[in-house]
Amino acid sequence: MSRLPRSLSILLSVAIILLGAYPLFGDVLFPNKHAFLMQKLTGIMIMAVMAMSLDLLVGVAGLVSMGHAAFFGLGGYMLAMLSPEYSAANLWVVLPAALVVVAIASAMVGYLSIRTSGIYFIMVTLAFGQMGFYFFNDSKLAGGSDGAYIMVKPAVEILGVSLLNLGDKRTLYYVGLGALVGVYLLLRVVLASPFGRVVSAIGVNENRVRGLGFDPVAYKLLAFTIGGTIAGLAGFLAAIQYGFVNPATLSWHHSGEALVMVILGGMGTLFGPAIGAFVFELAKMGFESVTEHWLLPMGAMIIGIVLLLPKGVGGLLLQLFSGRSKMEGGQ
Amino acid sequence: MDIWFFLIQVLNGLQYGLLLFLVASGLTLIFGIMGIINLAHGSFYMLGAYLTFWLLQSVDSLLLAIVLALPISAAVGYLIEALLVRVLYRRDHLDQVLLTYGLILIFNEAQRMLWGGDVHGIKVPAALDWSIPLTDTLSYPVYRMAISAVCAALAVGMYLVIQRTRFGMWIRAGASNRDMVAALGINVNLLFGAVFALGAVLAALSGAIAAPISSIGPGMGDTVLIICFVVVVIGGVGSIKGAFLGALLIGLADTFGKVLAPDFASFSVYAVMAAVLLVKPRGLFA
Amino acid sequence: MTRISRRGVLQAGAAFATAGLVPTRFAIGQTAKVRVGLMLPYSGTYAALGEAITSGLKMAVNARGGKLGGREVEYILLDDESNPGKGPENASKLIAGDKVDFLVGTVHSGVAMGMAKVAVDTGAMLIIPNAGVGAATGPLCAPNIFRTSFSNWQPAYPMGKVAWDRGMRNVVTISWKYGAGEEQLGGFEEGFTQQGGKIVKRIMLPFPNEEFQANLTEIASLKPDGVFAFFAGSGALKFVKDYAAAGLKSIPLMGTGFLTDGVLAAQGAAAEGVLTTLHYADALDTPENRKFRAEFKAFSGKEADVYAVQGYDGGQLLAIGMDAVKGDTAAGSRAALIAAMEAAEIKSPRGAFTLSKAHNPVQDIYLRQVKNGQEIVLGVAHKALADPAKGCKSA
Repeated sequence: MSRLPRSLSILLSVAIILLGAYPLFGDVLFPNKHAFLMQKLTGIMIMAVMAMSLDLLVGVAGLVSMGHAAFFGLGGYMLAMLSPEYSAANLWVVLPAALVVVAIASAMVGYLSIRTSGIYFIMVTLAFGQMGFYFFNDSKLAGGSDGAYIMVKPAVEILGVSLLNLGDKRTLYYVGLGALVGVYLLLRVVLASPFGRVVSAIGVNENRVRGLGFDPVAYKLLAFTIGGTIAGLAGFLAAIQYGFVNPATLSWHHSGEALVMVILGGMGTLFGPAIGAFVFELAKMGFESVTEHWLLPMGAMIIGIVLLLPKGVGGLLLQLFSGRSKMEGGQ
Repeated sequence: MDIWFFLIQVLNGLQYGLLLFLVASGLTLIFGIMGIINLAHGSFYMLGAYLTFWLLQSVDSLLLAIVLALPISAAVGYLIEALLVRVLYRRDHLDQVLLTYGLILIFNEAQRMLWGGDVHGIKVPAALDWSIPLTDTLSYPVYRMAISAVCAALAVGMYLVIQRTRFGMWIRAGASNRDMVAALGINVNLLFGAVFALGAVLAALSGAIAAPISSIGPGMGDTVLIICFVVVVIGGVGSIKGAFLGALLIGLADTFGKVLAPDFASFSVYAVMAAVLLVKPRGLFA
Repeated sequence: MTRISRRGVLQAGAAFATAGLVPTRFAIGQTAKVRVGLMLPYSGTYAALGEAITSGLKMAVNARGGKLGGREVEYILLDDESNPGKGPENASKLIAGDKVDFLVGTVHSGVAMGMAKVAVDTGAMLIIPNAGVGAATGPLCAPNIFRTSFSNWQPAYPMGKVAWDRGMRNVVTISWKYGAGEEQLGGFEEGFTQQGGKIVKRIMLPFPNEEFQANLTEIASLKPDGVFAFFAGSGALKFVKDYAAAGLKSIPLMGTGFLTDGVLAAQGAAAEGVLTTLHYADALDTPENRKFRAEFKAFSGKEADVYAVQGYDGGQLLAIGMDAVKGDTAAGSRAALIAAMEAAEIKSPRGAFTLSKAHNPVQDIYLRQVKNGQEIVLGVAHKALADPAKGCKSA
């Protein structure tokens, strides 16, 4: 992955700073809606993390997964199942435990799916995603189709001193923002590494990578596992936020929404899908407020993007800004 | 488990499997010939059921309603192909997934605007509304047998068309390459439009004939879609023969899963899929 | 004219947002509008239920001049999409964002659980006009949570004795494997085994699977004296039809009213003879019910059903509470508001009822049967039945 044009980096940094400052001025701008908007933004930032993790698969490695929500949902379910009913779980225990389980699950699903490619990969991941959905929908493990509640949010303490109160909406907002920025930077580091370069090359031409003596399967599997685990992190955070998990978080509709965010934002750009998450959720809010038949404009918007804007908002931004600073044309 | 019980459950499984085949055949056909992955396939299933329900308010006979519903579904399918899908042939599968995902949303909302959120049922036609007694407590509905017969007949018909006709030859040739098809002197736009319409008709027909034994309601297409994907993946994308065997396999897995391991009934279907993929990553007949 | 237009609501919401710079807080006794947040399904499978509840509630308020405790009412409608994942978020949106005085909802039990949880956290007043989830008036019960419908246990329990009295000794129970299914079957099984009956098998299908053929074959091989089923909506429609088509009509089919309500016409002859218990029946021949049904038809253009009744009673409960505090929704009057609502005797179309300590209706459960395509009321299966409110600390 190439460096971003400087002006675009500045723009994104400004956006992040504005997001960071929002809880300070939001109350003045939207006195009545502030609390709600802050919650909404927290949710969107968490979805942005998921969209970026999916971009690693779709946009970088060329693995179009229709079952990514399964890992998101699994992350949330792990929190629900590991939390004691009436007391707080220890974040330092449940978060790593949840991520390890999600990583193992993604590695297993990845191992089975990566042997296929193209349309098979789409269908197989879709079916595995639904398998995850039914696993929680049908079993009594965590409330079945009714879902499960996390009554007490996990505690974040060191030596008995509480560091963060996750029950506080503003704190959670900054946790979401931290995850957004942290995951973005992490993925950029990963992609800049030798491993990341091979994965990117696989996305462009797998045969050539094989010809150079790399085993694409191993690289793809690792990318799939990393992507799944990050989605699990997003699901874990979402479960903290809502205090509730249900099978719908694993369903293919949710996977589909994440894919739309990736495309809407511009796949392969990492920052694009994050923007896509914002555009998608805000558009949905907008449509919902205009018409009760909001699915109609939503569907039309998705079709419009596919037909008219295949590189997404991120692609558009890159085009706009690459004119000014030199930039070596994407992947 | 006594032998009768077992045999009747096999019958249940086969009947469900045959119906699944009819829906899945359209999906696999569209992919096999056109290379298009169509998530909106379940929406045509829903369209067929709703059209039949709607037409039955003006006409008396289920058969007539179904016969009338099919050309409408074909027209909708053809239009969608001509207006939207046609743009996608040179795009990758991702764009196809997204566009047809957008179509699902539109279909679902259109259904709600046209027919509302209520759940409807259709009466089984009087001539078929009786049951054959099998044991002292159990009898088998004739209409379900009729469905199986229709599905089986269509399966045989499809087999003959694919093996014996020029159209079938194109399919077997894997006509997903537009340039090659054009080189054969075939009007590609017409062929692909017709195939997409045919796929839509197969889905709509399944929805229509299943309507009297199912409930017609919002979201009915989504459930069918996913199970069709499983069938197609097991059978091998693009293979009609594979879809047939895959559908029967899933029908039986689902039926016996429900009785023997009710806690994992839906799960069992996906377990079968995973097992097949372990051995044959591209399905049984790719 | 009562068709819900989210557009209208949200235009109101937009006007509210632009006026947002002016503080909308008001002193006690002022005539600012009472804000009632209706969080109900306005799309999807349950859309018709959401609309019936909304019409019923508005009708009750309109009957009082469109006012509650002397104050005009502003409704804020929100489609919950029957999506439990969004339940807590949507409830918070109405409470924190729209600052509603009362939250009303919903149909889906999973969503209602999320709403109840938010209500417990924030202390917001919540009226549940349908969802029967036991926990809402059980472990999660709270002074500020009320229900005008039923608990899942409630309509199912009396059927146990009915089945026994009709000579059934071995019964199969069947439902979807989810909270409502477990609770309803549990209610029946408790009532039936108390009499000495035996549950031969409990069949739980994955929700919302509607392919019943395999399980019907299983029932036929078990040869029970009766079958108790809980399904609703499209599942109920299909189950009853398949049951008849599989030749099982010689085995009596029982259920709670949800097995036939709303889908009876579509079930046709298949529903003939089906026995159900519920806290309401369309055919209930009382002056109150006849009057209600006529007025509802005139008001909404649709036939009234149990959901309309529950919405209507929700409106009545609101009115009783608000009258007692003369429209004062400030925190200082909260205790008086709750006390008045707790003590209310609601003159419902279903028959008068009071509320239990856990705030669930103490109500008659009727026994109904389908005869010649019509739901006939056979009588009262259980008089003034109260939910045991297991796990509720304040009851």
